[in-house]
Amino acid sequence: MHPDVVVVGAGIIGAACAQALSARGLDVVVIDRSGPASGTSAAGEGNVLVSDKEPGPELDLARASRDLWPALALDAELARDVEWEEKGGLVVATTPDASAPLRAFAAKQRAAGIDACEITAEEALAHEPHLNPEITAAVHYLQDAQLNPVKATVALLRGIRFIAAEVSTTDGRSVTTSDGVISCGAVVNATGPWARNFGVNVLPRRGVVLVTTPIPGTIRHKVYDADYVGAVASGDADLQTSGVVESTQAGTVLIGSSRQRKGFDDAIESKVLKALALKAIALFPMLAGVPVMRAYGGFRPYAPDHLPIIGPDPRVPGLWHATGHEGAGVGLAPATGRLLADLLTGGTPLVDPHPFRVDRQGVMV
Amino acid sequence: MRVVVVGAGPAGMAAARTAADAGAEVVMVDAEPDAGGQFLRGRARFSHPGVTHLKNAEAWLVENRTLHLRGPQQVHFDALVIATGAYDRPLPFPGWDGPGVITAGAAQALAKQGVTLAERVIVAGTGPFLLPVATALKDLGATLVGVYEASSPTRWLREPKAVLANRHKIAELARYRNVLTHLETRTAVIAKHGSRVTVAKLDRNWRPISHRTEHADLVCIGHGFLPRTDLVPNAKRTNDFLDVDERQQTSIANIYAAGEVTGIGGADLAEAEGVIAGAAAAQQEPPPQALAAVRKGRLFAQALARVHAVQPGWRTWLNPDTTVCRCERVSLADLTEATTMRELKLTSRVALGRCQGRICARNAAELTGVPFDGQRRVIAVPIPLGELARLPEEDS
Repeated sequence: MHPDVVVVGAGIIGAACAQALSARGLDVVVIDRSGPASGTSAAGEGNVLVSDKEPGPELDLARASRDLWPALALDAELARDVEWEEKGGLVVATTPDASAPLRAFAAKQRAAGIDACEITAEEALAHEPHLNPEITAAVHYLQDAQLNPVKATVALLRGIRFIAAEVSTTDGRSVTTSDGVISCGAVVNATGPWARNFGVNVLPRRGVVLVTTPIPGTIRHKVYDADYVGAVASGDADLQTSGVVESTQAGTVLIGSSRQRKGFDDAIESKVLKALALKAIALFPMLAGVPVMRAYGGFRPYAPDHLPIIGPDPRVPGLWHATGHEGAGVGLAPATGRLLADLLTGGTPLVDPHPFRVDRQGVMV
Repeated sequence: MRVVVVGAGPAGMAAARTAADAGAEVVMVDAEPDAGGQFLRGRARFSHPGVTHLKNAEAWLVENRTLHLRGPQQVHFDALVIATGAYDRPLPFPGWDGPGVITAGAAQALAKQGVTLAERVIVAGTGPFLLPVATALKDLGATLVGVYEASSPTRWLREPKAVLANRHKIAELARYRNVLTHLETRTAVIAKHGSRVTVAKLDRNWRPISHRTEHADLVCIGHGFLPRTDLVPNAKRTNDFLDVDERQQTSIANIYAAGEVTGIGGADLAEAEGVIAGAAAAQQEPPPQALAAVRKGRLFAQALARVHAVQPGWRTWLNPDTTVCRCERVSLADLTEATTMRELKLTSRVALGRCQGRICARNAAELTGVPFDGQRRVIAVPIPLGELARLPEEDS
């Protein structure tokens, strides 16, 4: 076996890279120590968002991805239903102080071409009848969408060779696995929060999601508190939470979001559960009586400047990175895969690759 | 020194008494209104100096040295004893999710409250527990159509050591002589449509070799047990039962386990394990009699697990449209090809419903060949968000 490319990591980013490379006729093998979407990809909500991103390189990547997802999700060859839903996002301010910054943020996004529609509290309540009527501002984002990240990962990997093994090292022209050495033309590090093992400065940022018993039809959009954007951009190690509420096609409601830097410690903490519950109830008071039946958590891969790392490693010829997508991997996956494939095959890049380069400050370790 | 015991069955009660006698302040947390657990439901009168018995108290999370209870309420501990027992494993077959099929454990719980549910009753599955269930139902006036044991009793012949060490267990069988005449081995219920029940003779792998029709209103099934280990999702386990050392300590320091959470071996073994766990939790040497009883009892428990192990042929009892997961209505045909349990769940929705896979996850794993990962559930019982919002600010 001598594939053109070995992709290490079978999460949504590895799958999107493998799919894009394979679509260009390259022989691709994907290796993961567990299975498809067994790490970060399955630990989120499957969001494809533009609403939470400031104008800049990440928003450009998000928009390119948002344009690619429907075609990928509905591709006949990918046959499987990935539960793609263009549900739209509703961002609300819950205090008088938060309303002006939310409006200003939406105005900047509109200027960048995002469909960010300011609506009144009455209109917001018409969209979400159970929403707290005390909200002070609301913006409706029609482009925000959601999918089932595990089904999407499995769908992208269709027809691509998969090996379950642990990769210990790589020199860019081969990978050493628990099952032996595989020589290849190039290696893509798509190991998410574990990417540091292959020389890039990516650390885990813990997140927890609560899942309620099914209450179909009660909540329709992804609804979140405007302070979420601040929490995403922060580099603070302490616990940060923000109210993020949405339903799934199964009728359960997913409640986030929390951010904590505590390594790979996966213990569930009651203070996180409390904070998430308080913020969810602040958005939807009726949730106070709805039971939570499970909680799950995962680790977002974050780089020091909160931008993804996509491109060749200047130190190791043949080694490429596609990681550091933090909590936005599902949303950024198709454009990441396309961009990586463009760069690797010498094509015209889909978006400007410069902001995502590996040799920017603080990334190489 | 405070020892908190979760569960008030034979293991929990023994642990609580022993720890209190060793001088510890003991809190026994009981999800039921009365002590006794499943085995002694309503027949135990528990009162012991030094033990506070918290009734109707549901534990849902262990966080460092704090046990969280519904309410919300918190109990701090120096040592914790998990004695939460086990529940029946039902194997699916066409019609198992319809009316007139309940677990043997549920049937026994109702029988202990004097409730009869039907005229004509079948008890089916595997393991000696089927006999007391059948006896209880018969004593309440039900017509016992049959007691069907899927395994072959001749397997016990391969376990002479366990049998000799536990002769009293064989003597116990005499208590069930009224139902032994109804017992058929290598036999199973493999379908139920209305009152028509398909009863099959099985080969040694539990594959049907012939079948007949019986009529019954109620089928009570139990194909072994699954331990209730949700409070310690990170503790090491083997075949889903908690691993313990000779002092009943789990892989987590200061957390002990006793009774059916460590393996299925009956009330006397559970009680002996409770004595050891209670003593060790209170930092006292466990009594040698209890250690000897546990050694003997484990021989029996291990033999029991071998003789009554679920055999793979059960997977042929299902049709493609047979329900595997009742909460999310996932049938055999809906189960996807997957490498891990998580992938299987998130692509087919099996085990994602209200019971959180307690009933179906193990079965789904065996039906697909996906390795069963022991199901880590970090919230042991559903809790309203309003209650989570009232949790104390900082854990002390």
